[in-house]
Order: sequence, then structure tokens, then C-alpha cells
Amino acid sequence: MNLLNAFLVGFKEIWAHKFRSLLTMLGIILGVSSLIGMSALVKGMENGMRESLIAVGGVERVRLDEKDIPDYQKQLADQAVGCTMNDVYALQKSAPLIKLVTPEMRLRDAVATHAGKIFSIWNFVGTWPNALEMNQHVVEYGRMFNEVDDQNARNVCVIGVTVRDELFGSPDELGYEYNPVGQSINIRGTPFTIIGMFERYESERSKKERELAKLKPPESASSNSPPRSRGWGGRGGGFVFGMKNATVYIPLNTMWIRFRTSAGSNNIPDPRLSTLSVKVADVNHFDEAIQQAQNVLMRTHNGIEDFSFVTQEDWADNINKAIHSARMSGGIIAAISLLVGGIGIMNIMLASITERIREIGIRKAIGATFLDVFIQILVESVVIAIIGGAAGLAASLALVNLLSFISPTDNTPVITFNACVVAFVFSVCVGVLAGLIPAFKAAKLDPIQALRYE
Amino acid sequence: MALIELRNVSKVYHLGGEEIRALDDVSLDIEGGEFISIIGPSGSGKSTLMHIVGCLDSPSQGTIKLDGTEIQNASARDLARIRNQKIGFVFQFFNLLPKLSVLQNVELPMIYSGLPAAKRREHAMEALRMVGLENRSKHRPMQISGGQQQRVAIARALVNNPKIVFADEPTGNLDSHTGERILELFHQLSTEGRTIALVTHDPEIAAVTPRRIEIRDGKIAEQVDRKLAGLEAKFSLGKAPAP
Repeated sequence: MNLLNAFLVGFKEIWAHKFRSLLTMLGIILGVSSLIGMSALVKGMENGMRESLIAVGGVERVRLDEKDIPDYQKQLADQAVGCTMNDVYALQKSAPLIKLVTPEMRLRDAVATHAGKIFSIWNFVGTWPNALEMNQHVVEYGRMFNEVDDQNARNVCVIGVTVRDELFGSPDELGYEYNPVGQSINIRGTPFTIIGMFERYESERSKKERELAKLKPPESASSNSPPRSRGWGGRGGGFVFGMKNATVYIPLNTMWIRFRTSAGSNNIPDPRLSTLSVKVADVNHFDEAIQQAQNVLMRTHNGIEDFSFVTQEDWADNINKAIHSARMSGGIIAAISLLVGGIGIMNIMLASITERIREIGIRKAIGATFLDVFIQILVESVVIAIIGGAAGLAASLALVNLLSFISPTDNTPVITFNACVVAFVFSVCVGVLAGLIPAFKAAKLDPIQALRYE
Repeated sequence: MALIELRNVSKVYHLGGEEIRALDDVSLDIEGGEFISIIGPSGSGKSTLMHIVGCLDSPSQGTIKLDGTEIQNASARDLARIRNQKIGFVFQFFNLLPKLSVLQNVELPMIYSGLPAAKRREHAMEALRMVGLENRSKHRPMQISGGQQQRVAIARALVNNPKIVFADEPTGNLDSHTGERILELFHQLSTEGRTIALVTHDPEIAAVTPRRIEIRDGKIAEQVDRKLAGLEAKFSLGKAPAP
């Protein structure tokens, strides 16, 4: 009996017991669709996390942070200079493995005002024009300030969309995109001219949602209640995107002269940088580049180790760990449900062969061998698993849509081809395993006993 | 050389420490083309004899030659092949598969001998024609009468051109008239040169065969061969003359 024949017989047998087979398949269908659905959710989560990682500058970006002086250098504490522009110039000149150096001076509690509206800026930073590249900003209106603006310490700023939304009104309120370039705002009482605005940063999903919402006609009868506060983050897209959207950049020198003067004790502005970001030229030489930067900085810091590097690698590692554990736990649960489906198949196959003992006896009497019967029963079980697996693939589509419908998150579930293949192959394996014992039992039957069986 | 040669064949069962000799030192020859009956009351060992000669079972002792090869030590796999190629079975309860059509039932032995589908169909139709049921090929077993079902079973037993056909109480589940028709069919097949063994408890049925082997308590009690006895091997049904 060849395999094709066995498959045909298997289909016929399943077709003869439609309802029973359907119930049996349900276990496999649920197992496969939950396996794929789980992996789609995790994949969506992973995509969201990677988007955030790229939004803060990718893995090749490294931040220099101040660190407590180690114990063995405590006596040198008063000679520690902290992170200054000297470091920036030294790195630029002496660390060829570093591609980009961006100094930042950050001021907390900065409040921007315009025409009676107030916005507390989350990320008020004096920096160089190359911060644009370092922090993956894109200017939508106007321009980024340049070196001349910086050298002349001009009172110019580039703002994120949330600042615009809060001070001038968001597109939702105004009904159109307001271009704030050329307007003047006060930051800590100092007037600044807006010369540019960044684009809106958001996750892929909230972008899609926003575009969809744009297509819909606006709801005419809006309520009379005051508009709800959306908090600092504005709409959509997690912490990273909210932070990026609530940014105001001004030239480094402007920050230093306008806002740092009062901090120094002798009218010399405090020269220390809040952070210093560097970008590694080649990720493959990441460790070497960090070592090189460390060596350079040890010179400028008089050998005092009052700094440390914060890499995004830790973040990337954390993402991988989170994904891994989510995948593991979800995978185990889905695998168990598939296994339960397999037990269902085994159960029904055992019942089926008990019903067909006489048939098996007849088949053996007219010449079916052990292998013939074994394959026939095994194929039947595999056919159930294959049909169930295929139906599970279809059901997973519906399941994923349902999931994203009932609990919309920023991370759209993504069905991957790999997940489908793995789930399908797994279901077939379950079918084979579930069929083994019933097939063995059937094939072992003694033809005389089986023929006498009533 | 005989088609089937049994030499000192015994079959012993152990039931709760008790030894049951279902067959006790049986020696028997069956020639090709013979029409025989194996007769005996239930429990006499005639079924065991049929199972052993039919390769469904193996003897505890003794040798069996079927078509020139010894089979008493054959593996289950070899026995299955011999059953498929050289032996046909007809059962009291027809034993057709209810989910398959008449034609598919007849095709079944050829599926296990690995014949291509076109050949299977051709041979199956031929066998159905032999038993006069070629116009019932699409029916299910449940849609035809008992006698017709038994004819289908006979067609299935013949389809692989076996050396010998065993019929185990073939008329036991049929009314007497239909039973006679079935016996006529066997007789006709016998005249065409087939080797047929009827297994029955009914002396009237056994009387239609030229040769009769009576089994009692696992032993051959009596063998009557009308040809050897100079009697006419006349085919008659129901009212066979006493030997």
C-alpha cells in the first residue's frame, strides 16, 4: 500500500466522521493559532522596542556620564575637572574611531511661554548643530541652527512638535499644521526666535493610526467640555518618542552664556557639560573605539576616572532578554496547548481503532502486513494534524486581528513566515507522535482474534 | 507433490495452566484442484486447522508445506504476503468493509499486493463478473442482499488468483436457498480448476464435496474420498446420498 493511497484512505476515514474529527482538530487549531498569535505579539513588541532604540540613536551611540571618583583616587577629588569642552576637542583630534562628538548642556526646570501659554520643557538642551545627526532628529520646518549661530551665541531655538502643539496649538485644535518658524517665545524670560521645528516622532503604529484618523471626516458636533490635558508626552508612542517630541535645542554657547553665568562663583560660566555623546564609526570595532575614547579622556581628566560610558548595548541586551523570555513563556504555553491537542488526537485514534478491530482483522486476513496497518493508522492521525495545522494557520490570522482589535497597543502584532512554518511542522510532529501508540496497537492485533471480535 | 502437505501438525494452547491440544498430530495432503470439506462439531479443531493452513496462525509442532515451501517458521510479514498471494478467505459473516463500495472491497487484496489502480479495477471487475455481480460494483455492501454480499466476498477471495480458497461456514448466515446458490458457485469454481476447502459443521453441506475430512478432538477422525472409494462424485445439493 503506497503512501498516497494511505493518505486517501485517511481522508476518507476523517470525512466519514466529520464532527468527531473537527472536535479533535480543534485542539490542534487552537494550539497552532495560539503559537502563531503569541509569536506575532512578541514580534510586535520586539519591533516596538527596536524602533525606540533606533530613535535614540542606535547601538553605535555612546553617552559619557559623570561617575563618582573611585576610592583610590579620592584624594584627587578637587582636581577632577568633570566633562568639559576640552574632552570634546581632544576626542575630535585624537580618537579616529569616534565619528561624531556632541556636547550637551542641559537645563532643568526650563519653562517656555508664548502669548499666555506655558509649557514646561522636558528636554532643554544647548548643543552643537551635529546633535541633529547624533539624536536622529529631522527638521520639518525651517532649519537647524548652524556654527555661526553657535559662535555668536544667538537666541535661536529649534523645537519639537509637542512644544509647538502646547504653545501655538496642535493640528487637531487648529485644523491645520501651524508653522511656528519666525515666532518668538520666552524661555526662562529670555526671548528666543524659533528657526526650526522637528518632525513628529512616533512609533510605526501610531503613525498609521494618525494617518487613518486623518482620512475620516472630523466629528462635527464636538463636545463643549474643555479639551482634555494630554500630559507632557502628547499623544502616542511611548516614553522615548514623547521625550523627543518635547525637546528644545539652542546653540551650546547660547546656553553657556545666557543660563550658566549665574551658576559660576566668579562670573565665569560653569564649563561642565551635562552629557557628551559620541558615535562610534564602526560597530564592529565598538570595544576598540570605546577603549580609545577612554584613553584620550584619561589624559584630559588628569588620570582621574570621574566618567563612565553608557552604551545602548545594555539596552539592546535588555531588549533581547525581554524578547527571549516572552518568547519562551509564550512558546511553552502554546506548545502545551498543542500537546493537549495531540493527546486529543491520540484519544480519538484509540477509540477509532477499537471500533475498527474487525476491519483491521479483515485487512490482515487478506494480506495487510504490520507495516501496512501501522502506516494506515499513523497517516490518519497525521492527516488530522495537517488539516488542523492548516486551519490553525488561517485561524491565527483572525486571532491576531482580534487581539489587536480588543487591545490596541503601540506594537502591532506581526505574523512571521518562520512562526507559521514552525507551528505547522510542530503540529505535524504532534500528529505523528499521537498516532504512534494507536498505530502500534492496531498493527499488533492478531488477525484471528480481531476477526472474532464482536 | 501435493499443494498442501501437513506432517504431524499439533497446536497447543495454554489456558490457565491447562494444556489444550486444539490439533493433535494431524497429517494431511491436499492436491491442487481438489474440492474438499473440513467438517466437525464446534470446538473440534477445524477452525484451528483452517487458520494454520490459511497462514493466519502457526503450528506448535510439525511441518506445513504450501506450494512447495515450508511455512511453519515463517515470519508474520511472510505469512501476510502468503495470505495475500496464495490464499483466499470467505467468512460466515461476509466481512466486507461497510464504508467501501463493492468494487473497492474486491480491490482491497490487490492494494496490499501493490498493483496499480488501473490493473486493480480491471481484475476486480473480472472477479465480479465471475460471481455475476458486475452491475453492483458501485453499491455499498449494506445495499445488497446477504447472498450477494457473500458473492462479493468470494470475488475478493479469488481476485489475487490464490492457490486455495478457504470458506468458513460460507452458508451459515444465509437462508437455505441462497446457501445452495453459493455452494453451486463453489462447485462451478471447482470445476474451473480452483482448489476450495469448505469448513463447516453441517454434514449436508460437506456432502457436496468429493472429499470430506472429519475432525474430532483435534484429530482426523474420518476421511472419505468418493473418487477413491469408487463412488460417483456427483454434485447434488441438500439431499446428498449417504457415502
